[in-house]
Amino acid sequence: MSTIITRPKAAPAEIIRDASMAKQKDMLARHYDRLCDAPQTGEKVCATFVPGNLNELIMCFDMVNNLPEVNAIQSGLRKQSGGYVMESEKLGHSEDVCTYVKSDIGMMAKGNIGPNGRKLPNPDVLLLSYTGCFTFMKWFELLRQQYQCETIMMHTPYLGDGKITPEMIQYMVKQLKQDVIPTLERVSGVKFDIDRLRENLRRSAKAEEDHIWVLQSAQNKPSPIDAYFGGIYYVGPIFGAFRGTDDAIDYYKFLRQEVEERIRLGKGPVTPDGDMPQERYRLVVEGPPNYTHFRQFWKMFYDEGAVVVASSYTKVGGTYDYGFRHDPDRPLESLAEYCLNVYTNRNLPMRVDMLVDYINRYEADGLLINSIKSCNSFSAGQLLIMREVEKRTGKPAAFIETDLVDPRYFSAANVKNRLESYFQMIEQKRSSSSFAA
Amino acid sequence: MLDKAKPTTAPIVERCQALFSDLTFEAQRAWKEAKPGRKVVGFLPYYAPRELVHAAGCLPIGILGGGDQLEVIHGDAYYQSYICRIPRSTVELGVSGRLDFVDGMLFPSICDVIRNLSGMWKLMFPQKATRYVDLPQNFTMDIGVPFYAQELREVREFLEQIVGKPITDDEIRNSITLFNENRRLVREVYKLRAEMPWNLPSSEVYLLMRAGLLTPVEEHNAMLAEYMSLAQQMERPLKDNSRVVISGAFCEQPPLNLIKSIELAGCYIVDDDFLVVNRWEKSEVATSGDPLENLARAYISDSTSIAPKYEPNPKIKGKYLIDSVRENGAEGVIFAMPSFCDPALLDRPMLQSALKEANIPYIGFKYAENTGQMQPVREQAGTFADSIKLWSGQ
Ligand code: SF4
Ligand code: SF4
Repeated sequence: MSTIITRPKAAPAEIIRDASMAKQKDMLARHYDRLCDAPQTGEKVCATFVPGNLNELIMCFDMVNNLPEVNAIQSGLRKQSGGYVMESEKLGHSEDVCTYVKSDIGMMAKGNIGPNGRKLPNPDVLLLSYTGCFTFMKWFELLRQQYQCETIMMHTPYLGDGKITPEMIQYMVKQLKQDVIPTLERVSGVKFDIDRLRENLRRSAKAEEDHIWVLQSAQNKPSPIDAYFGGIYYVGPIFGAFRGTDDAIDYYKFLRQEVEERIRLGKGPVTPDGDMPQERYRLVVEGPPNYTHFRQFWKMFYDEGAVVVASSYTKVGGTYDYGFRHDPDRPLESLAEYCLNVYTNRNLPMRVDMLVDYINRYEADGLLINSIKSCNSFSAGQLLIMREVEKRTGKPAAFIETDLVDPRYFSAANVKNRLESYFQMIEQKRSSSSFAA
Repeated sequence: MLDKAKPTTAPIVERCQALFSDLTFEAQRAWKEAKPGRKVVGFLPYYAPRELVHAAGCLPIGILGGGDQLEVIHGDAYYQSYICRIPRSTVELGVSGRLDFVDGMLFPSICDVIRNLSGMWKLMFPQKATRYVDLPQNFTMDIGVPFYAQELREVREFLEQIVGKPITDDEIRNSITLFNENRRLVREVYKLRAEMPWNLPSSEVYLLMRAGLLTPVEEHNAMLAEYMSLAQQMERPLKDNSRVVISGAFCEQPPLNLIKSIELAGCYIVDDDFLVVNRWEKSEVATSGDPLENLARAYISDSTSIAPKYEPNPKIKGKYLIDSVRENGAEGVIFAMPSFCDPALLDRPMLQSALKEANIPYIGFKYAENTGQMQPVREQAGTFADSIKLWSGQ
């Protein structure tokens, strides 16, 4: 005989310690409500992707932006994505492809209920900002079939030669002028006003200054932030529906003040279990995180005193390290440059350079790669990246494998083992170099 | 012993088989050594502007992975288990020195794996000329054409660097003419196969097409013409097979045995998307005027529909496959796709729903270039062939 124990369904554990997090939570809640109210308010909905999202432009048409990747992340954090992914596979989607897509499609099939428990509206337009990821193209072709709405292709050329050329910008500006803007005008019924765009871009640039300041504060010792697990919260507004808004300016100003205070007090990052007591390892992380076991995953780091001082994932919705800011004086060109600069649109040598630079600049102990089964854009080539970075920095690197939102690919024991041996490796490296010194 | 009086394609097929099986590229090395200054440029699936490579005086060769004969020793150390096989066998070809005679490599924007491989190649073989070829995904004429014409200008400069001399417009026009002829002949072979698949088995046609990516176009044109003339005269037995179209095999190639197994299971393959580069433009590329502009125009408005390309018009999504079924008198579609292949696998549900609407039966399975076990393929294809016959009331 077996006893079935039913547990009351617990609300997912909240990871809120900072006031800035509470503020962001409130912003997000308002955004999701606005989105779900759209059928009543008559606001038009524009679905688009995080990398290469043109929020400032979308705002010019009074449209509300819906980001399916963010919905998938939310489903992951709420432990719903596993069911959605399976639902999608039941509908005929291959087990081999990106689980973001499958989480989104599964969620649609199950009524498209958003993180606020309300039905998400159908998009009025799909803005296919094709930046840094092949899957995006097919994802929106699939959604187009479902929603039967207009779809705009905005193709961002890849930095295959490691540089942005004037022709790339021209190509993109032409797409904006000829395809993107006229279609958004038509769908929204709002005339495009370039001065409105300039205003939005001005606000973006302001928020971007504080945002990058916060990420770069990890150069302090101890680092006042965790630039991966915490970083995911810090990039939320700027990667999502808030770039170009006053809300984003306020959020980043507020966040910056919080971090300044932490530096003044010599504090490490905030973790779900409170302040991290001691910084023992400083890591650079390449690749997206796992969201289905986010808290458990993070704990494996902070329990050991490991803090992530820089990460590539927090550059996937825009890279601000090397001086790029949205520029109101070159509005369309600057939107193009923003798209071209996103991390996954950079070729492998550029990615290696960036990671090496992070290790040096942030005085990290090494590189950890979290390789995501779903994501060929990030993952293909990571083993070579690891070797190159190791070779060029002399710092140890390690490789773990998980998935974004498919719980089947998160093996806690494996990840923990790998991390433990990696930390030992760092210790050994330290003692051998101090011995040599 | 062969009966000399009877026409046979066997010697051509044998030659093609030898080119296909040679993983050290002896014939291409010999071509290069035959004249000082000759250069070879490799390209990955699914498309490359071969006309420019030819116009530069180089031999364009298709690098299509290692098939089922290459032992991958180093390549696996570069890739996680959930990435398809072609990049690892391509890396194997590179690190084992098999591609040491190749002077330049072109990596088209087919998917993120090959895109990233272009950067890996730069890091791994810094002494080799490597270029990512960014293909337009915006198919509005006056947006996509200038973008691709510019990309072609850059590829031209890249090739000029390799050969150390300028490539003239006339040289490109001349190459376009030759490749127009090649595409015309390839299409003719395909047409002939659909007409008499018993005389042009797909396992042969496949080898013939692979040879086209390994030999100078002039030779291949002659080979295609000769093959057709011989194949038409052959008297192979007509079987009671079902007629199918293969879809999804445009990058990592299925093992030859898989093609044979599908045929053995009772299917005539009457169309496919293997090696689409050889019939990429659907009609002749213009030869007067700016040649790069002409190539770009053809790419935007007259190229094959396929998963790695965006389909701007939702109303015709999947139509090309239905057309292929109808035009070639096929009775069903076999989706044969490489494991972990994003373009093919993400596209498949949309193609399937188009087929469903058109009442066209289909099945699907995955493969890797080194799949050895053919029993499941034979069983699935056999059952499919039988069920098609039942369906159509034969
Ligand atoms: S996880 Fe990777 S493959 Fe999936 S949508 Fe994001 S970037 Fe693309
Ligand atoms: S088989 Fe598919 S995923 Fe693999 S390299 Fe080719 S197109 Fe890309």
